[in-house]
Amino acid sequence: MTAIPDTVRPSRRVSIRGLNFALLIFVVLYAMIAVLQPNYLEAGLFMNFLRRAAPLVILACGQLYVILSGGFDLSMGAVVTLVVLAASMLIGGDPAMTWPVIVALYAMGLAVGLANGAIVAFLKVPSIIATLGTMLLVNGLALAWSGGAPRGDLPDNFRNLGRLVLRDVPLVGTLPVAVIILVGATLLAGWGLHRTAYGKRLLAVGDNPRAAELAGVPVKPTRISAFVVSALAAVTAGILIGGFSGVSVNAGRGLELQAIAACVIGGAQLLGGRGSVAGALFGSLSLFALFTLLNLLGLPQALRDSLQGVILIAAVGASVLRHRRST
Amino acid sequence: MTDVATSHDAPASPTAVAPLLTLRGISKSFPGVRALDDVSLEIYPGQVTALIGENGAGKSTLVKILTGIYQPDAGEIAIDGRPVEFGSPHRAAQQGITAIHQETVLFDEISVAENIHLGHAPRTRLGLIDWGAIRGGARKVLASMGAGHIAPETRLKELSIANKHLVGVARALSIDARIVIMDEPTAALSYKEIGELFTLIEMLKADGKGILFISHKFDEIYRISDRYAVFRDGQKVGAGMLPETPQAEIVKMMVGRSVDQIFPKHVAAPGETVLKVEDLSHPTEFDGIDFELRRGEILGFYGLVGAGRSEVMQALFGLTRPSRGSIVLDGQAITPQSPADAVNAGIVYVPEERGKQGVVIGLPIFENVSLPSLKRTSLHGVLRLKEEFDLARAYTERLDLRASSLSQDVGTLSGGNQQKVVIAKWLATGPKVIILDEPTKGIDIGSKAAVHQFMGELVAQGLAVIMVSSELPEVMGMSDRIVVMREGRMVTTLENKDLSAEALVSAAAGIRGEDA
Repeated sequence: MTAIPDTVRPSRRVSIRGLNFALLIFVVLYAMIAVLQPNYLEAGLFMNFLRRAAPLVILACGQLYVILSGGFDLSMGAVVTLVVLAASMLIGGDPAMTWPVIVALYAMGLAVGLANGAIVAFLKVPSIIATLGTMLLVNGLALAWSGGAPRGDLPDNFRNLGRLVLRDVPLVGTLPVAVIILVGATLLAGWGLHRTAYGKRLLAVGDNPRAAELAGVPVKPTRISAFVVSALAAVTAGILIGGFSGVSVNAGRGLELQAIAACVIGGAQLLGGRGSVAGALFGSLSLFALFTLLNLLGLPQALRDSLQGVILIAAVGASVLRHRRST
Repeated sequence: MTDVATSHDAPASPTAVAPLLTLRGISKSFPGVRALDDVSLEIYPGQVTALIGENGAGKSTLVKILTGIYQPDAGEIAIDGRPVEFGSPHRAAQQGITAIHQETVLFDEISVAENIHLGHAPRTRLGLIDWGAIRGGARKVLASMGAGHIAPETRLKELSIANKHLVGVARALSIDARIVIMDEPTAALSYKEIGELFTLIEMLKADGKGILFISHKFDEIYRISDRYAVFRDGQKVGAGMLPETPQAEIVKMMVGRSVDQIFPKHVAAPGETVLKVEDLSHPTEFDGIDFELRRGEILGFYGLVGAGRSEVMQALFGLTRPSRGSIVLDGQAITPQSPADAVNAGIVYVPEERGKQGVVIGLPIFENVSLPSLKRTSLHGVLRLKEEFDLARAYTERLDLRASSLSQDVGTLSGGNQQKVVIAKWLATGPKVIILDEPTKGIDIGSKAAVHQFMGELVAQGLAVIMVSSELPEVMGMSDRIVVMREGRMVTTLENKDLSAEALVSAAAGIRGEDA
């Protein structure tokens, strides 16, 4: 006699309900955009939309790893700023320098991630404080290094990562390089989280660190790794942002909060344990669709933040209600 | 038998003393458990009533009802003969009931004086808090207790546990509490501090307070109490005056129906020694632990809460570092540095607090089961769903787990089924020694039986089991041998043959001699 029905096939369910909510918001917002500007339904403009949303999606995927491990990474925006400023100064307009400098940028990201993780894991500082510290530190260093104003220049082969659009691609017509990176990064993040032993350990650490430790999960290395993933995602996003927006000392400002908001809209549970990459993807697209919509409506920039706040609270409220009903 | 009260050393005409607090027919149930069943109890002014019982007898539930945290399903509470209702902790406090817990319910971050006056702070004429009066009042009440060494301005967190208790008592005096509940107040105190606490209890008695004193330690109970009430399985099974009642009689009441619950008889055919622990010691928690564990054997660890049993197990599992001693598993000395080491060596630990230490609520059943075995079920770090499912199915079926599917979130399962998930998770790692810490605490009778049944199967298959349990029937019903621990040391190791429950309880509680 079996206690559990045999009919149930093995399945790895992703947090469907969180995903549905984010998907719904995205579809509604994008529909509103299409009503105002029907040509947003064309493949080309949709690709352009994805291209501009790509950095936020990648940031949200990285942030998701930290959120699932039970923390926050507030230093992402500062890392983006550092990447943009460092790239322009180190490359100095010389195309031959682009790839070596990109390697150096990832090394910087790795260092920031390791520092965040070590502070949280070994000094037991709450991540919100630890990464607030590194945020201020990294931002300050980046500004001091650049002298407070952008210097140097980004050559075309660097900027193309963010702005080049491939023409005459079958099926989609135009295909921005940034979208290829977006798809690659999202698939990689989803695979790492939902298909590997590492991803499962990460979820276990975020949900119940004590139980995870008792089950032989290396809790500290797992925590640290989440911050490394997050910082590397920030570097990737920074490279794309430098590509299509150029050099600015405000390049990364506020992006960490947008990334957290995107994860929450996508159904991630703050303080760990639940969430999916698909949710983070649609959460970020929803948020970006909202920004686009507000631009089209011609609302002042300041209202953008307010509405972002409203959506965020609605998302958290909805998730709390869903949770209450299901238990 | 309450009339016997006359002869006791209470001052003026004690027969005339009316109870301060009366409980009549109190019942309280939780899903699957009847925590209190038609309980009556009286607390008299100027007397200490000791509440005695094994873990799970219903003492804590009673305290929570008295302090307004739980509402009883049935029954009534009366103070001075007038029925009262405690809808909330606040109401209970207003009626003059205060509790001093093992972990005091005071606030660490504010001063001693504020803790004493919290909720009833003296006001100035303008309605502002009168800080001078707060400090003065605190100083006075502390001095009256002989605790003048505690400065009212000190922040509570800077005090020792004993001094925190003193502050708790000072608060009780200052709010004019009439009934003071002390729930194992001596658990973390030194011998000298216990003496000071008892002096205070005498003061409270002289002041006419009614005191309910909960302790597992017989010497303390006899030293301070006037009356006793014994609880077992949610019922009051006896009450009376204390010095007149011998310990043996009380122990008999606690244990009650001797071990007549049905425990699956497993054939004890212990094989060779699997685990040999010698002189295992820890700087603070335990000292000089020696035992051997054989294949096919259940070794029970019995003792009071805080005797150091769980701490020994955590050292075996690599959670804490012993200061000396050796652990030999299958002839090889091991020094587990982490749970991962212990699991690899073949020792697994099913912790006491499932929710906190055992299951990952947000993950489905099969992912919980496979968590410590991920190395086997994944290939180069990539999960293989079928392997995970097969593993989870194999072990959950053996435990007769009830669930709608293996993909169900563990958080939605009952306590008993969660416990099965935890055990399945550990069995799946293929251990040699499995340590079960309070394996059936807080789960319903049916699940208890399934876990017991399964323990029998485990040893039949040649596994060695260590079971830490505070439940006497369980220890006596399941163990082949029993290690008794008290205050971090091994008291004795007993063969579980013709063993009397009384002897076991006496050893654990530190009752000297053969009189029990």
